[in-house]
This record gives sequence, C-alpha cells and structure tokens, in this order.
Amino acid sequence: MSVVTLTINDQLVSASSGETILQAARSVGIDIPTLCYVEGLTAHGGCRMCLVEVEGARQLQPACFLNVNEGMTIRTETDQLREYRKMIVELLLAEGNHTCSICVANNNCELQDAAVEMGVDHERLEYTYPQREVDVSHERFGVDHNRCILCTRCVRVCDELEGAHTWDISGRGANLKMITDMNQPWGESPTCTSCGKCFMACPTGAIFQKGSTASELDHNRAKLDFLINARENQLWEL
Amino acid sequence: MDLTELENIVTKEAADRKPCEIRCCIAAGCLSANSNDVLSTLRTAVEDSGMADRVNVVGVGCMRLCSQGPLVGVDIDGPLYCRVTTDNASSIVATLNGGQGEAETFEREDPFFAKQTSLILKNCGCIDPERIESYIATGGYRALHQALFELAPSDVIETVTRSGLRGRGGAGYPTGVKWATVAKNSGERRFVVCNADEGDPGAFMNRSVLESDPHRVLEGMAIAGFAIGANQGYIYVRGEYTLAIERLNKAIKQAGRMGLLGTGVFSSPFDFRIDVRIGAGAFVCGEETALMASIMGQRGTPTPRPPYPAEHGLWGMPTLLNNVETFANVPDIIRNGAEWFAEIGTPQSTGTKVFCLTGNVVHNGLVEVPLGTPLRTIVEEIGGGVPNGGQIKAVQTGGPSGGCIPQEHLDSPVDYESLGKIGSIMGSGGMIVMDDQTDMVDVARYFMEFCMDESCGKCIPCRAGTVQMKQLLSRIVDGSANRADLERLEKLCDMVSRTSLCGLGQTAPNPTVSTLRYFRDEYESRLIDSTTAKANSNGATCQ
Ligand SMILES: Cc1cc2nc3c(=O)[nH]c(=O)nc-3n(C[C@H](O)[C@H](O)[C@H](O)COP(=O)(O)O)c2cc1C
Ligand code: SF4
Ligand code: SF4
Ligand code: SF4
Ligand code: FES
Repeated sequence: MSVVTLTINDQLVSASSGETILQAARSVGIDIPTLCYVEGLTAHGGCRMCLVEVEGARQLQPACFLNVNEGMTIRTETDQLREYRKMIVELLLAEGNHTCSICVANNNCELQDAAVEMGVDHERLEYTYPQREVDVSHERFGVDHNRCILCTRCVRVCDELEGAHTWDISGRGANLKMITDMNQPWGESPTCTSCGKCFMACPTGAIFQKGSTASELDHNRAKLDFLINARENQLWEL
Repeated sequence: MDLTELENIVTKEAADRKPCEIRCCIAAGCLSANSNDVLSTLRTAVEDSGMADRVNVVGVGCMRLCSQGPLVGVDIDGPLYCRVTTDNASSIVATLNGGQGEAETFEREDPFFAKQTSLILKNCGCIDPERIESYIATGGYRALHQALFELAPSDVIETVTRSGLRGRGGAGYPTGVKWATVAKNSGERRFVVCNADEGDPGAFMNRSVLESDPHRVLEGMAIAGFAIGANQGYIYVRGEYTLAIERLNKAIKQAGRMGLLGTGVFSSPFDFRIDVRIGAGAFVCGEETALMASIMGQRGTPTPRPPYPAEHGLWGMPTLLNNVETFANVPDIIRNGAEWFAEIGTPQSTGTKVFCLTGNVVHNGLVEVPLGTPLRTIVEEIGGGVPNGGQIKAVQTGGPSGGCIPQEHLDSPVDYESLGKIGSIMGSGGMIVMDDQTDMVDVARYFMEFCMDESCGKCIPCRAGTVQMKQLLSRIVDGSANRADLERLEKLCDMVSRTSLCGLGQTAPNPTVSTLRYFRDEYESRLIDSTTAKANSNGATCQ
C-alpha cells in the first residue's frame, strides 16, 4: 500500500492509500464527529455528522466513507458544516423521544454528547412524539425504540463481529425500525447469543442492560435510616 | 441466425402483410379501459364480415393519447378512434365497406401528432410487441449485427459519444463517456443494467416503451454489452409493471430462440444474456446504488458514491447502468450514424425526449419531441393548453426531484441546460400542467410528502428532514405558520439538499425551492402576520 499526502484543515497529512479521511484525520489528532461509525465495522454513511468539504467536489462527502487520495484538500470545520451538524442533532432529538434525565444513558450517551458539543441549547424543530415500543422480553437486555437513532451499529456489530445477525432493519423513512430476527420479541430470538455486543455498540440509551433503569434499582431503606441517624446523632458506626 | 435469415424474416413479414391493418392498443392504459375486449370484438367483426383475407387485426403498444383510450387505428395514416367500446367496435370494421364509424375520431393532423418527432416511439402503436418478427420487419436487430460484424467495441463507444446522447434517467450524464469509463475499468466480469424502475409519480414513459417495443431496449443493451465487454445484462423493472415484465420475458425468450441473445449472438463469439429483475416498487430503488443492492438481493438502500458503479458495481465489478430510453436510442444511432442523431435537438442536448404530459391539459399522454423544443409548444400546441380556456400557471417537470416552471418561462427551450437555469430539471420526463387555480404551496407539500414516504430512512437529513419540511409546509397551507417557520423551512431545504446521502434527499427540497422562487407571495400571504402580532404586543407593553 502506497503512501499519499493530503491537506486537512491546512495541515499536511500523510496516510496510506487504503485509509479513509476519518482515519487519516484522527491519526493526526483532528477529530471529526461521528455517530454511526464504529472503528472495525463496515461504514454505514447514514448519520452525516462526519461530512467534510472536499476542494473541487460539488457534494459534501462523508469522511467515514471517502478514501484518501494524493493531493486532496479537505476542510472538516467550517461554519456551514458546524451548522449542518447541529441541525442533524436537532433532527434526531425531535424525531425520537429523548428525556435525558430519566434515561439509562444519561451522561453516557453519544447523542447527548453531540448535542453538547454542537451547542444545541434549544430545539428549533417540532417534536414528533412517536409512539414506539419498549421490548424487555430478553432476559438480560432491553430495547427502547424511543431512544433509537437508527444508526445500525447494533446490526453491524451483531452481523460482522458476533456472526449472529439477530438485528436488522424493517420499514422505511419515518417508519424505520430495528427488529430482531423476523420481527419477533428479542427474548424469543433463536439466533441471539446474549453476547451483549449490540448493547456495547449502541450509542444511546436504546439498548440497555437490565437492572440499570431507575425503576429497577434496589432501594435500601435501611441505608436511609443510617444516614438520618448519622446526621442527627453524629453516630457513624453501624 | 445470420443476415440472410434476418432478411428472410423481413421479406416474409412484408409478404404476409394484409392490405388493411386495424390496430388496437393493448398497453396498460388502454387495457385498463377494457381494450382487450375491444380487440376480440374487432377480430370477430372482421371474421363475420368476411374480410379476414384482407384485414388484419393486431394488438399494438401505446398510441400516446392515453387519456382517451381504448384507441383503435386503421392503418398508419387512417382514422384514429378514441374511447372505443365493445358496442361500437364493429362499426369501425364496417367503415371498410363504406359504413359509418360510431366512435369519435382524433384528427391525425392535430398538432398533438403533427408536432411530434418519433425516434423512441416510432414503433409504438405500430408493431405487435409480442412478436419479434414484427420488430425485425422494421429493421430491428440490424444495428446489433452491424456492431458485431462491422465495428470494434471502441467504434461503438465512439459513435455513441459523438452522437451526443445523454442519459434519459434524469441527470443527463453523457452516455458515451459512461460507456468508455466502464470499458476502461478492469474486472473479471462486467455488467449492463437497464434501469426500468420508473418511480416518479405520474410517469409512464419507460413503461410504454417496454410494453410497446421491448426488443428495441434489448437490442440497445446487447450493443452496450458488446461495447463494454459484458456478457450479462439485467433489466430492473418495478413489480407494478406486470405487463411490461411479461412482454420483456417473452421478448427475451424469442430473441434467445433466434440466437439474437444468449450464447453466440448471431453465431459470433459474443455471448449476451439478459435477465429480468423485479423490484418491489420503492422509488429509491431507481437510485443506482440502491438498485444494484436490490439486484444482489440486499435491502435497496443507497451507498455513498464514489465509488461509482462504473468502477465498483454489481458484485464489485464495473457496471454500466442506463435508463430504458437511453438504451432505446442506441440501435438507431448505430444504424443511422452519430451525425444523424446529433443533428436532432440542440448541440448540447441531442436527440428527442419522451414526456408524459398530464395535469390540467387537454391532451394527456405520451409526447416525443426534439430536445430544445419550447415548453410552450409542448403544453399549448401539442397538449392543447388548459381545458375550457383556462390559463396555465406553471408546469412541473422532473417529478419529485424537479421544479415548477412559471408561465413567464414557457418559451424556454426544453433541454438540460435551459431547464437547469430556471430552477427545474428534465428528470425522467414527467410533465404536469397546472392551471391558475392551482395552489403552489400545496403542490410543494404534495411532492415533499411523496419524498417523505419514499425516503429509505438510511440518512438522517432525508429521513427526519422531510418530515419536518412537510410539517412546515402543511402549517403554511393551513395558515398557522409564521415568518420564523418559513425561514426554518428554507434552512432545512438547504441543509437536506446539501447533506443527504443520495439523490432522493438531495433533490427532495427542489419543488419547494422552485415554488418559493416563483410563487413566494403564495407562501408569504398565508403567514400569520408578524407585523400585526408585533404591533399588538408592543401596545400591550407600553400602556
Ligand atoms: C431517488 C432516485 C430515483 C431514480 N429513479 C430512476 C428511475 O426510475 N429510472 C431511471 O432511469 N433513473 C432513475 N434515477 C437515476 C439513476 O440513478 C441513474 O442516474 C440513471 O438510471 C442512469 O441512467 P442514464 O445515464 O441513462 O440516465 C433515480 C435517481 C434517484 C436518486
Ligand atoms: S438516548 Fe441519549 S439523548 Fe436520548 S434520552 Fe437517552 S441520554 Fe438523552
Ligand atoms: S438500537 Fe442503538 S445501535 Fe441499534 S440502531 Fe438504535 S441507536 Fe443504533
Ligand atoms: S437521501 Fe433519503 S433515500 Fe437517500 S439514503 Fe438518505 S434517507 Fe435514504
Ligand atoms: S459517521 Fe460518517 S456518516 Fe455517520
């Protein structure tokens, strides 16, 4: 594989010819935001967060898909790109149901991170409040479709790393939905190995591990009594 | 099969020809108006009148005036009867013996026919689409023979390049350049794909060609296969086109039996097989990368380009993908030469284009004209203008990816560049005439809703953006939107077109953008008046 030289944000970067713009940029510490991309899995190209400007090209190109070429000139941060990315995050927040404060992924969510990073302080679009399901039929995991951003990371990790291909997509447009096997409850899936890879790959609170939702927490009343006693009577021994 | 045998078929067809031919349209439009029964009534009437030895009744393809079917024509230049029923069919036969035809006729001299030029549709409505001999009699498969025995693949490509032919599927990419690129890319195999998905609402140009003259497309594909070094072709047809699929399969079988397709075409070393692939009817499957995914048995969703199909197509191999009409032009270009074709149309947009004229226009149907014909000629002269003397307000071209051309631009020539300049596109050839009663915001909303329903959902701007834009358009139609909503709509149009993955999302805002450009007042006049709102609130705070 030969080495090519390109310019990213005025910086000369060398990369091997099979690499993508995203890999080349990240290797020199230039970060391009992504949502659907997972290193090691086939690129999807759907979230459009990684769009970059390629000099001489009419279209914006996804950095996760575009291969490096000798002499390319790329811009990853322009006002225009920042505005588009912000709107993408807003579109996602308006499309599903996202109430971070009661979400298992709160403070550990890539969509939330993106919203913070892009400076989404208001939602300028109308919420669609879809009525989507929550499937908790699996013994260890659950899926809350309200939080799903349809990035297909679960599909790809399950197919390409685990080899089970339990997950897939059904429908189109606003009716797109992640399904398990033949659109049956996850708990009845004959192919799921319960490996948890989809849970780990999911960027949001859509796929979660059971036991982590607020309602499932084991409330220890005795601990409360201990605290009250400790504060009031300055007694810290049990 | 060799040239002599081909000639023999031509001679035999001429010898078998009866002095009079009654042609009844059996393409989808007329079939839905019961033309099959009309056809059999005509046959019986001819038998009964004892004229069977000199009158032939044939089922033929589209005769263009689709809205007035079933259509029955007597000879090529005889009367053309409209809305023929089984009750009055026999009166048409009786005219041959001096009787009176009861069905209404359509004047052959009417500008609807007189102003058209036929290349693609030349055989439509004249030949029997279910008999290969009928096509051969018009000179069919001669171009393929010529390509195989008189030309090198590079000569074929050069001829197509010099003809100036541009893709008829929408974008108008130079066909010769595409062929040359595929031919140059290396791969163990190469493929030819014919895009017959035709998902635009109201469009049936490709369907008419496939139903009326399927061999023309097969011949064009085989020539392309020879030119680029492919041995396998696919025609991707949407599942709703059952008749087209049936006729294509029949045509492929007939051509195979005669040695015009399959192993050793014309007994030459060139093998070319064509298979039909049926799509489930998703608009996005007309997009080339989605179409190829569908052919390979995957979910029909687009992938980013580059890499282009010419380099990395079906199973990673160089693949040539063209529209039905593009392929249908090829046999004539080979037979008559590049210069002949380049003479038709304009220097940059050569040849003819088939349009599907619909909407508020007197004559709905198929129209073929040289590129560069003024839009006014098409809609006012050929189409006959708005019924009952109404006014044309705009013409929508290019389907959901296109735009609205306002009345003041009706004199604009219809070619790729000119339409682009006034904010629309040629697209695949849909043309919807709208009269002065039309609500342009509602038109924009209709197309946005179509794109929203057809979005594959893979990328966020298109999937969620079309929902938001449709929502905003609905609010403007309802009169519940304000100025900020209109600004939001314009921002979304810009963002969705710049960031979507495939052509569907990239062009979904076009109808909205073009109506905003020409009919902005229709949007603005419906906004909740922000100046009054402000005045009221100011008043409240001051006092
Ligand atoms: C959403 C979408 C739908 C399309 N549908 C069609 C179609 O139905 N038929 C067609 O020929 N091209 C269609 N196209 C264009 C094709 O992708 C492709 O450009 C064309 O078939 C190339 O053939 P040409 O060079 O002969 O025009 C569509 C494109 C998009 C983005
Ligand atoms: S998935 Fe992320 S963005 Fe959505 S509610 Fe949960 S934490 Fe918030
Ligand atoms: S469940 Fe998670 S990983 Fe799967 S598509 Fe939805 S957000 Fe992505
Ligand atoms: S633009 Fe629309 S149709 Fe095209 S990939 Fe994106 S979601 Fe699918
Ligand atoms: S990361 Fe490139 S499109 Fe999602």
